[in-house]
Amino acid sequence: MAEPTKLAKDDEPKDDATPNVSKVETVKVASEEEAVEVLDAPAQRGEPVLQVRNLVKHFPLTQGILFKKQIGAVKAVDGISFDLYQGETLGIVGESGCGKSTVAKLLMNLEQATAGEIFYKGQDITKLSGRALKAVRRNIQMVFQDPYTSLNPRMTVGDIIGEPFDIHPEVAPKGDRRRRVQELLDVVGLNPEYINRYPHQFSGGQRQRIGIARGLALNPEIIICDEPVSALDVSVQAQVINLMERLQDEFNLSYIFIAHDLSIVRHISDRVGVMYLGKMAEIGTDQQIYDHPTHPYTQALLSAVPVPDPDARDHRERIILTGDVPSPANPPSGCRFRTRCWKAEDKCAKEVPLLAVPERFKGVDTPAAHESACHFAEEKDVVGAA
Amino acid sequence: MSRTPVTKHDEGDGMTSLEMAPTNAGADGAAPLLEVRDLHVEFAVRDSVTKAVNGVNYSVNAGETLAVLGESGSGKSVTAQAIMGILDSPPGRIAKGEIFFQGQDILRLPENERRKLRGAKMAMIFQDALSSLNPVLSVGFQLGEMFRAHQGMSRKDAKAKAIELMDRVRIPAAAQRVGDYPHQFSGGMRQRIMIAMALALEPDLIIADEPTTALDVTVQAQVMDLLAELQREYNMGLILITHDLGVVADVADKIAVMYAGRIVETAPVHELYKRPAHPYTKGLLESIPRLDHKGQELYAIKGLPPNLQAIPPGCAFNPRCTMAQDVCRTDVPPLVPVTELDGTELPGRHSACHFWKETIHG
Repeated sequence: MAEPTKLAKDDEPKDDATPNVSKVETVKVASEEEAVEVLDAPAQRGEPVLQVRNLVKHFPLTQGILFKKQIGAVKAVDGISFDLYQGETLGIVGESGCGKSTVAKLLMNLEQATAGEIFYKGQDITKLSGRALKAVRRNIQMVFQDPYTSLNPRMTVGDIIGEPFDIHPEVAPKGDRRRRVQELLDVVGLNPEYINRYPHQFSGGQRQRIGIARGLALNPEIIICDEPVSALDVSVQAQVINLMERLQDEFNLSYIFIAHDLSIVRHISDRVGVMYLGKMAEIGTDQQIYDHPTHPYTQALLSAVPVPDPDARDHRERIILTGDVPSPANPPSGCRFRTRCWKAEDKCAKEVPLLAVPERFKGVDTPAAHESACHFAEEKDVVGAA
Repeated sequence: MSRTPVTKHDEGDGMTSLEMAPTNAGADGAAPLLEVRDLHVEFAVRDSVTKAVNGVNYSVNAGETLAVLGESGSGKSVTAQAIMGILDSPPGRIAKGEIFFQGQDILRLPENERRKLRGAKMAMIFQDALSSLNPVLSVGFQLGEMFRAHQGMSRKDAKAKAIELMDRVRIPAAAQRVGDYPHQFSGGMRQRIMIAMALALEPDLIIADEPTTALDVTVQAQVMDLLAELQREYNMGLILITHDLGVVADVADKIAVMYAGRIVETAPVHELYKRPAHPYTKGLLESIPRLDHKGQELYAIKGLPPNLQAIPPGCAFNPRCTMAQDVCRTDVPPLVPVTELDGTELPGRHSACHFWKETIHG
């Protein structure tokens, strides 16, 4: 897998929340045609295909029926930045309500961002419309969590997988579509003769394969997978994960893999971002995050995962967090994790920790030197691999 | 988490609780708390019969945790429902078998006797707390109902008891929250209320059906810790039904693996993970990704779990098994004791595979 290129550091400290991400090279275009051309040009390996900068999504809370007034906002995503490189898998983990699915919707442009930018090949997709937006959508596809509700029960498998061609007819000419759908079925390991069957005739794992085939139909560059295997049984989960890895190599795909199962995320991801209450707590390569976590939340999260090894239960340290995740409508001041953190001090209530390589690890060649949004970042092995 | 099994009923003759010990074993006084014998449950569906449970045997002692491991459709929840007596019948029906609870065959008991057992002697924790609690009644009322119905307590006393219980399961500010409704609690808190309800009358047996599947990992750890602690305190038998091999490794004393309505392997927890004696268990263990190291391609068991209306002849796992021979397609393998190569017995270990020797001894 391609090493993510080192992030260029700006000399001047900026006061935005993530000082460490590279500057985005925007591509100026004069017309819509030119934009479509830029968006359709294939990305090079190791290049960032998607660059997210200070992305914010607030859902307004309103009161009153006739005269609605805004009384607050659910801060689902509150200023996150990351890069996705061509050919890599970026895992995003976090508990329910941390905003990971909202990020997926924002990347698909299914939700309008409140603020921030999402650059796809140098174009800010939050500001695109018309044909340029259509070109983006063809290149970024999604696989959903629940294979039981994300497939229309009244459509045949052929219609479901072929539907993207109705919207983007340039990808497959009309007469060729049936053959193309059968090809896709074959690619995801289903019998091409099943083309006229309905979703209820398939098992959960097979349905998820149909969802993946639909995501592949338009030859996208990026596939956003929102909990693609959490509804599946263990023995079937492995089949789907292996399929997704095979497809990534075959079609040169970049994945954003959103899940709450940390073991699966480690297995499939090259880099992992940990989200908490709408913010990125820590981001790094899978080894940096799992074997050398520096953010207390990541450490607690990892230590809470049950390991399938009964011998480990006596000597594994468990960090049991107290309480629940605070409401995103009224997040704590300063560091959002401080209400459940055992390291919290006064500073944590006053200053928002920036997502950056901690001061103490700067310039040191250690796996702990990765971005972590904690004032008191400290390495701690909780998985017990070392 | 350090916990040792409280009672291991391991008599001198090597007879363990997982073997089909006769219940009139009053002589050694070690009849298990619960013993399920050759249980068959089927569901009548249009034109045919779905055989959900096909001859399950297991037993639990006081203070012991038995994990029943299996995928969806393996019959693990249906077995639990049959034990509790909450099977949907019709269409469900216990076709055959016995369930001994504290030495009594509860399947022969009249319904009103059965009803007295439920809640007081055996209780169940369900997976989805939100749909298991009544949304229009306060949690205090629902908790207090246990005491009003079983012990004829007054409303006031029952409420005081409810607050006490909520305190026990560490719900903050219990006295203020006793009048709140289920939707006002978070997922983890709701599951605590389910645990409180199950514990209310201090039962001897608790059946937890996927108690943490719907929860986030940090909350799951809290809830499992609480459950383990309370089990130790009350010395209850716990049947933990789950598909999560991680949770099992953390809390179970012994494991029964189910596939297509049958138990395919039983073993003490450490043994099972080290040396599985059934190809299905082996495949499951190999197919889970690990947190502590990044593996290569995952091993995947090919194919799909069988349709329960048309279970393959012979061993139900044979179409997916890498070791299947002709005998597997014709003869149903019995659940036999597993031994070392030299014939030394491995206590508590059974496998329903014609080739268990090859599986465990490689």
